[in-house]
Amino acid sequence: MELAKKLIKVTVNGEPRELWIKQNITLLDLLRDHLGLTGAKMSCISNSCGACTVILDDMAVKSCSVLAMQVDGKEVLTVEGLAKDSKLHPLQQAFIEHVAFQCGFCTPGKLMSAKALLDENPQPTEEELRRDMEGNLCRCTGYQKYIEAIMDVAQHPDKYGAKEG
Amino acid sequence: MRKFEYLRVNTLKEACSLLSEYKEEAKVLAGGQSLLTLLKMNMLSPSYLIDIKFIPELDYMDFDEKEGLKMGALTTHRTVEKSPLLKEKFPVLPETELVVASVQTRNWGTIGGTLVHADPIGDIAPPLIVLDSKIKLASGGGERTIPIAEFFVDFFMTVIEENEILSEIQIPTPPAHTGVAYQKFSTIEAGIKIAGAASLISLEDGACKDAKIALSAVASIPMRVLKAEEILRGKPVDDKLIEQAAQMASTEADPVTDMHATDEYRRELAKVLVRRATKMALERAKAT
Repeated sequence: MELAKKLIKVTVNGEPRELWIKQNITLLDLLRDHLGLTGAKMSCISNSCGACTVILDDMAVKSCSVLAMQVDGKEVLTVEGLAKDSKLHPLQQAFIEHVAFQCGFCTPGKLMSAKALLDENPQPTEEELRRDMEGNLCRCTGYQKYIEAIMDVAQHPDKYGAKEG
Repeated sequence: MRKFEYLRVNTLKEACSLLSEYKEEAKVLAGGQSLLTLLKMNMLSPSYLIDIKFIPELDYMDFDEKEGLKMGALTTHRTVEKSPLLKEKFPVLPETELVVASVQTRNWGTIGGTLVHADPIGDIAPPLIVLDSKIKLASGGGERTIPIAEFFVDFFMTVIEENEILSEIQIPTPPAHTGVAYQKFSTIEAGIKIAGAASLISLEDGACKDAKIALSAVASIPMRVLKAEEILRGKPVDDKLIEQAAQMASTEADPVTDMHATDEYRRELAKVLVRRATKMALERAKAT
């Protein structure tokens, strides 16, 4: 028996959407398969690696481990929503200038975790930053450069343009 | 994930009524940080998923100096981690949360969900056990309150009935001059934990009036080590006595070997962590 699809209303990157979806898909499936937003990466799909991290109502979550039906009525921000009017978000700009990625697969997740973290705690210590970024694995083992990039944004908020979005 | 019908409820009553109707055909979803992984692996295939995550009446913290803390089951790990109230009254809980999984998981996962999932590696059960916490289980027929130490039965198994929902965690205010600490070991902080230990020490006239020690990841349930506690109770606690208690805890532990560690290694870590947690609890008790 095919179960009926259900309607959810969700705001994604500032745009309100109404979507009929299967009840057994994750937020990650919703973003990638329904909306074509492939920035959040499908990797471990077991709540471990953080490559699928997005921001749900101001909180970083692993989108592979949130049931899509649960985001009904909520706001989701993905890496595609970070840049504003073709101007990169300060974190994105800092990642480029610090060459804070290797293969780049984990980068969208790291950016979203970093944004949620700085929104809540704009001046983290390096220790706090390292601890709060532990949910984002880098298979290339590039664990230094992005810390430098995020600390740079935290310590010099104006260096990469005013923070927005 | 296999197919299921998703049912979002807004009241505990509604949740209990659906659960009584569908019984073993239904699973209760809160944050789903563990449940979704099991569903994706097809280890569970319920026909109905009852989503309680957004029930307002299950998300609260009430504190009374005499009664202690009452916390709704839907309180997230992150709320516990950040709570100024808990930092003041039960600092071991926010401290422990800092090492629970990752920020992302703590943001969406709930305390009630973690407890019902009953993975013996869970971090939050041992501190709750040494604090003498109780949990409230609600059903269509009413509710019952039991000590959390009696909740766990085996790996991923608890005494919860198929028509019950964990609704509240109750933590009494500890006696004066009490210190509590939790210590764990994992190869990386956000990784799988290999062993953990919580200790509570209450002092009276310089001697240990009460001691409670609970371990995680070294048995099929988060377990109290009663013989180790007995070594400390009623005596002036020093390093030598703590060492004896740690040694005893290590023999009481009943660990398994898996891909993360051997049973022998876990047993050794139980000793080290009980020693560390108990020393820290003692220092904290002295400082109050």
